[in-house]
Amino acid sequence: MTSSTPSERTLITGATLADGRRTDLLLENGRITETGSGLSSAGAAVVDADGLLALPGLVDLHTHLREPGYEQSETVLTGSRAAAAGGFTSIFAMANTSPVADTAGVVEQVLSLGEQAAYATVRPIGAVTVGLAGEKLAELGAMAASRAQVRVFSDDGFCVSDPLLMRRALEYVKGFDGVIAQHAQEPRLTVGAQMNEGALSGELGLTGWPAVAEESIIARDVLLAEHVGSRLHICHVSTAGSVDVIRWAKARGINVTAEVTPHHLLLTEELVASYDARYKVNPPLRRREDVEALRAALADGTIDIVATDHAPHPVEAKDCEWDAAANGMVGLESALSVVHASVVANGLLDWNDVARVLSGAPAQIGRLAGHSSVLEVGAIADIVLYDPNASREFSTQNLAGKGVNSPYLAMTLPGRVEATFRHGYATVLGGELVAAEQVARAASVLSGASA
Amino acid sequence: MRHLLSTKDLSREAAIEILDIAEDMADVQQREVKKLPTLRGKTVVNLFFEDSTRTRISFEAAAKRLSADVINFSAKGSSVSKGESLKDTAQTLAAIGADGVVIRHGASGAPAVLAASGWIDAGIINAGDGTHEHPTQALLDAFTIRRRLHPGASRGRDLDGVTVTIVGDILHSRVARSNVWLLSTLGASVHLVAPPTLVPVHTTAWPATIGYDLDAAIDAAPDVVMMLRIQAERMNAAFFPSSREYSRTWGLDDDRFRRLAPSSIVMHPGPMNRGLEISSAAADSAQSTVLEQVANGVSVRMAALYVLLSGEREVAR
Amino acid sequence: MARTVLQQADIARALTRISHEILESNRGPDNLVILGIPTRGVILARRIAETIARIEPDAAPVAVGTLDVTMYRDDLSRTRTRTPAPTHVPGSIDGKTVVLVDDVLYSGRTIRSALDALNDHGRPSAVRLAVLVDRGHRELPIRADYVGKNLPTSAAERINVHLEEIDGDEFVSIEGGGAE
Repeated sequence: MTSSTPSERTLITGATLADGRRTDLLLENGRITETGSGLSSAGAAVVDADGLLALPGLVDLHTHLREPGYEQSETVLTGSRAAAAGGFTSIFAMANTSPVADTAGVVEQVLSLGEQAAYATVRPIGAVTVGLAGEKLAELGAMAASRAQVRVFSDDGFCVSDPLLMRRALEYVKGFDGVIAQHAQEPRLTVGAQMNEGALSGELGLTGWPAVAEESIIARDVLLAEHVGSRLHICHVSTAGSVDVIRWAKARGINVTAEVTPHHLLLTEELVASYDARYKVNPPLRRREDVEALRAALADGTIDIVATDHAPHPVEAKDCEWDAAANGMVGLESALSVVHASVVANGLLDWNDVARVLSGAPAQIGRLAGHSSVLEVGAIADIVLYDPNASREFSTQNLAGKGVNSPYLAMTLPGRVEATFRHGYATVLGGELVAAEQVARAASVLSGASA
Repeated sequence: MRHLLSTKDLSREAAIEILDIAEDMADVQQREVKKLPTLRGKTVVNLFFEDSTRTRISFEAAAKRLSADVINFSAKGSSVSKGESLKDTAQTLAAIGADGVVIRHGASGAPAVLAASGWIDAGIINAGDGTHEHPTQALLDAFTIRRRLHPGASRGRDLDGVTVTIVGDILHSRVARSNVWLLSTLGASVHLVAPPTLVPVHTTAWPATIGYDLDAAIDAAPDVVMMLRIQAERMNAAFFPSSREYSRTWGLDDDRFRRLAPSSIVMHPGPMNRGLEISSAAADSAQSTVLEQVANGVSVRMAALYVLLSGEREVAR
Repeated sequence: MARTVLQQADIARALTRISHEILESNRGPDNLVILGIPTRGVILARRIAETIARIEPDAAPVAVGTLDVTMYRDDLSRTRTRTPAPTHVPGSIDGKTVVLVDDVLYSGRTIRSALDALNDHGRPSAVRLAVLVDRGHRELPIRADYVGKNLPTSAAERINVHLEEIDGDEFVSIEGGGAE
């Protein structure tokens, strides 16, 4: 074992943990080696965390990194930078790339790109069906056995609507403890859908995306999961009715988990009245009642996690009429602040809950190896330092990926990510991203040390 | 007024002002010299992403009778259909120096996007956007109703107490939407009749009552019956079983027409499917305003162009 | 402070005199069309027509109407959108003598617009202009044929014309423009 050089030791002083305890944290060789107060700073870079919250590094189970194929929107590197800026240390990359991540080759490529970027742990999600076409199972086993060790499979963007195919997928991934992450959208009920179906869609003349199109698929899939005894995850739950179905399923003992996006916790469909395509997203923004139900479900555990559905697009994909615009919002950089604004500020969740829904639980669902949901001695040093008392007008300056399609621009959001540490090295420091070369060097020193 | 995007945000005063100016414009249409010099030197672009010869020539006649230069930009066969974006088109028109843009687009909200974009600093008139609104159609309908109910004395009048029944594909109709907002703003009671599949799911906030029974609506003796065009593709999408069943249940056939009061008005925005949503006897009757609507369309569009383009340009944003 | 320059009786006398002058130069009431320019010119035109009817009780009533010039103005893009007023031209004006009536003659631009508007309605044999007040400061080669009162003013001053039918009282006053 090589002895550490001074630059690889970091002492975080006076941080407040999620449970309110105050502690110093010494990071060495990628792990937390000491906690307590008054730790020696000898040979260590010192980060003053007085007044800052130290949370376990955030884990996003639902990120679109766009590479390979759509590098004009995002790359693994730029998406990882956006993740680090938002306090994330691990991200799960959705499969709708080009080529689709439906083979071991593609998922290993994404894994390698993530390792090179080194701003975050990048775990590829495999496609459920070949080419996301919903016709034939992809080589799920090969992806699971690959170096990428894929455990989460999803056709996100498309629903696995064929019930028999869904059943087979749910059954098949049991062999390697995988999970199917379903994008619940009945396709026939949402032909040409543009926004939530309700009073406003009727008024604006936009084709409706009815809540029942989501709820009916969730109801079917929880019953299928029960029948075959499999693990099911529901992506971006957006309606009050879906919450009811999931609550019922959980009470019945069905092995289902669910996620909600930050934007569905904060924004409502009224924003669509401007026809500003920044608010176009799938599933669409819903009613105030849905937002309230989603918040309550996150608080009571019916919804397990928050996942960003970070979906970067080039400017021209949003700078157009509503129908022609692409679905999706960037969300990594703003996620923690939006969760803060929507469910912490009003007391529904405390910071321990935030650590659970944005770190521990998604890591558990994604079977993220080595992740620790508690900042304790021996844990991998994935840490975010967050200033909960800050407030900022969110702007493109706060975005670190390629996409500027954020619905929060010009909104005032609470909090600010001051520093992110991945495996003990800083990816964000003093609120600014650490340079790519420095991050890559730190990562290679670390892998050399652990080799 | 800088843009005319919808009737939803039109106040009663603003609506009546447009209708009154349209009366003046209609008077001009009675003269031998039908042209006014009012918009001399202004350029109006008819930007049509969807085919609609009727609406386009109506706007063209309106702009020309106000002496504006008119450029017709039809998307069909142009670079627009080859993927040129709304933004590029708008910036091209701005470079040409358009003072007013009359836009017809298949996407709901496209005129609003254009007005808010900053791509072009021109007055925008919505000439029909997707299934959203068609404000000048509603204005010409209101104008037509007002003139029929108050012949020779319609200036300054609202539609207080007038009962209007709109029949047909409410779900996809921009004409219906614009009329619901405008007619109710002007004081009319609006009743919608349609197959349940062709009504939006939540209309509790609409200033209109909704029913499925045309016979009951006819027997309630409305002042105005407005029939909407039924599109063949709706039938293919299984909104109703067959055109025969539609016609039998929701068409203004001879029998239903005869049961209307002789003073009632029969309207249709055109083009009509004779024998489907309206019988020839009804369409060609003295109660029908179909041709008046066309003539009034020019007057109302002249008024809209005048209101948007004649005054000092309000500073954008 | 406003200074009244014409009282109600002065206005009545001026209109009576104008009516006589019109009849005299037209050699009677035949072939006359009197068109008031909105807003107050319409009232004045109507009163002149009534006065003529009183002077010539045996003749057929003189045709009187309104001619709105809003759509013909040359300053439309320099002000907020103006609300036009109705135009009513009684019958054909071809071959007739049209008397345009306005309350105040100032730059002459309104009358220029009126001549253009008139041109779109037909071809009168002659066009005359009657105004209650001529305050000078012409910007175009236009003059009135019949003037109620010449009022030399400065450009900074304002002329207020109040007529019973519109304002509820009746006078002409000068306002502003510093010490008198």
